[in-house]
Amino acid sequence: MSGRSSVEFLSRRKFLGAAGVVGAGTALAAMPAVAGSEKPDPLITEVQDWQRYLGEGVDKRPYGTPSKFEKHIVRRDVAWLTASPESSVNFTPLHELDGIITPSGLCFERHHGGIAEIDPANHRLMINGLVDRPLVFTMDDIKRMPRVNKLYFLECAANSGMEWRGAQLNGCQFTHGMIHNVMYTGVPLKVLLDEAGLKPNVKWLMLEGADSAGMNRSLPIEKALNDVLIAFAMNGEALRPEQGYPLRAVIPGWEGNLWVKWLRRIEAGDQPWQTREETSKYTDLLADGRSRKYTFIMDAKSVVTNPSPQAPLKHKGRNVLSGLAWSGRGSIRRVDVSLDGGRNWQTARLDGPVLDKSLARFYVDFDWNGEELMIQSRAIDSTGYVQPSKDELRKVRGVNSIYHNNGIQTWLVRSGGEIENVEIG
Amino acid sequence: MSKLVERFALLALVGALVLSSVVPSPAQQVAARHAASSASAKLGLGRPALPEEIKAWDTDVRPDGHGLPPGKGTVKQGDELFQAQCAVCHGEFGQGVGRWPVLAGGLGTLKADRPDKTIGSFWPELSTVFDYIKRAMPYGNAQSLSNDDVYALTAYLLSMNDIVKDENFELNEKNFRSIRMPNASAFFGDDRETSERRFWEKEPCMKNCRGAPKVVGRAITVDVTPDSKSGPKVD
Repeated sequence: MSGRSSVEFLSRRKFLGAAGVVGAGTALAAMPAVAGSEKPDPLITEVQDWQRYLGEGVDKRPYGTPSKFEKHIVRRDVAWLTASPESSVNFTPLHELDGIITPSGLCFERHHGGIAEIDPANHRLMINGLVDRPLVFTMDDIKRMPRVNKLYFLECAANSGMEWRGAQLNGCQFTHGMIHNVMYTGVPLKVLLDEAGLKPNVKWLMLEGADSAGMNRSLPIEKALNDVLIAFAMNGEALRPEQGYPLRAVIPGWEGNLWVKWLRRIEAGDQPWQTREETSKYTDLLADGRSRKYTFIMDAKSVVTNPSPQAPLKHKGRNVLSGLAWSGRGSIRRVDVSLDGGRNWQTARLDGPVLDKSLARFYVDFDWNGEELMIQSRAIDSTGYVQPSKDELRKVRGVNSIYHNNGIQTWLVRSGGEIENVEIG
Repeated sequence: MSKLVERFALLALVGALVLSSVVPSPAQQVAARHAASSASAKLGLGRPALPEEIKAWDTDVRPDGHGLPPGKGTVKQGDELFQAQCAVCHGEFGQGVGRWPVLAGGLGTLKADRPDKTIGSFWPELSTVFDYIKRAMPYGNAQSLSNDDVYALTAYLLSMNDIVKDENFELNEKNFRSIRMPNASAFFGDDRETSERRFWEKEPCMKNCRGAPKVVGRAITVDVTPDSKSGPKVD
């Protein structure tokens, strides 16, 4: 309702396309009637219930949740993807979010053996292997160590993995929703390792979860000592159970599978373990039959979240195009947007903090007169990496890689405002 | 909760009684704090991990045999275990039931249009099989198998994948490292920064970058997207 009034208000504005592809002065059916000829809005002229009667008092909602009008904004799964919900994934509703922080309850989930529900009093973290002193820490111990706060994106390596052979899922929640961006509070892993004392020949660590999958991954020691955190909080409160409560690894810029949740053990060693998740999974099969392994870093990537198939254009005239960009190698330097399928590009406006290994938010304020658009975005990171097209990526990787698909996404906007995930040639 | 509070109160009382006789002067306290902060990195947090504790959790196995426990099991024994505990998901012959993982077959398909990535056709190391079964299988009843069970199941998986032919074959900690997996040599380390160098070298085009784009594929014709009109019911 308020949406409709804002359309009519905004649609009085100019209609010149932001990218220069929209014809100026095109007659629009949605043009509002002259002011004064409409009936008064009863939402203004009549006293509404919420204006007359008392609302709920404090403590009715001791832990606040979103408005009942926002109930449809939830994580969603794609049931056919996996054999069981305990070893599965769901997706962040990117098209319903703004800014760069993902609300904790909307961060996508990926479990290999369901959510481990652990009383923090019963949680232990062990460090063993090639160390001077194998140690056991309680959560209390960890919370007595010097801590830091960092905002990082976590992207599953399989994000967009269903799209290698062409457009498959019709919504950015499903094509790009295996990503979230939250503020972590935790202890640098180096602090913990210093307590145990690494032997000089340590080259790799193995991180292991306390869940029923005992999720384990090998991590090069250089990364471990550089910026890895052992986190106990996200967005200012304890980790959510589905995000590894009470303790998880934070491996900035690297694929989500390495960010072991419910972290219970770190073993120091002189070579990688070749665990299931770093051999049979999370390796990238190329067209020649060989497979790339240890592809930890997430390449620069972006997606337009609005408009997108789940968030169609409802109004001619003024609109906001919005999206997210990120890079595992650093920060986002620039994002370009095309409205004509990659023929012409304009540089989007980055707004809000643009941080290292964090999501960045971009906008293009544009006018739409009902013509067909092919919307794309292209991220450029601080190392100069330019997000490739899907075809450029297929040329060097084939279509069987599953992981690390960071190709440019195309949304087709039809004249009625409906939007489709399409592949263009 | 109240019990916990009581215990804290009691501890505080005991602490106060003990400390009252030996409490250092404020000056001594400052000196001690200074000494602690200027000492080397150690915080003095955590406690030594006991050998029994390390043994209980440290079950991981590496390709070089690190962590491989003593034990043994034959293909035949593995077959029995597999049919009883694994076949419900993975199928009698490891062919996979529904969307559960396929464990056998697929040899020579990695260059095919639809590769079949199984233990035999894809996994580079046998130690991965042992490590994973030991920690995570059977699904929903993890860490319930003995080391001999895991040796037997691993032997059966080798047999299903024709890597060993003899059903009397026994896998143990001594011959484990002699097994070579068919796809072992087909993996290489991340080289994207050289093999995909072109993604850094390109000056992004801004105007008239390509011809008119044509739609060549549409997600809605594939029709595999969950209904997006309404979310699942949330109370």
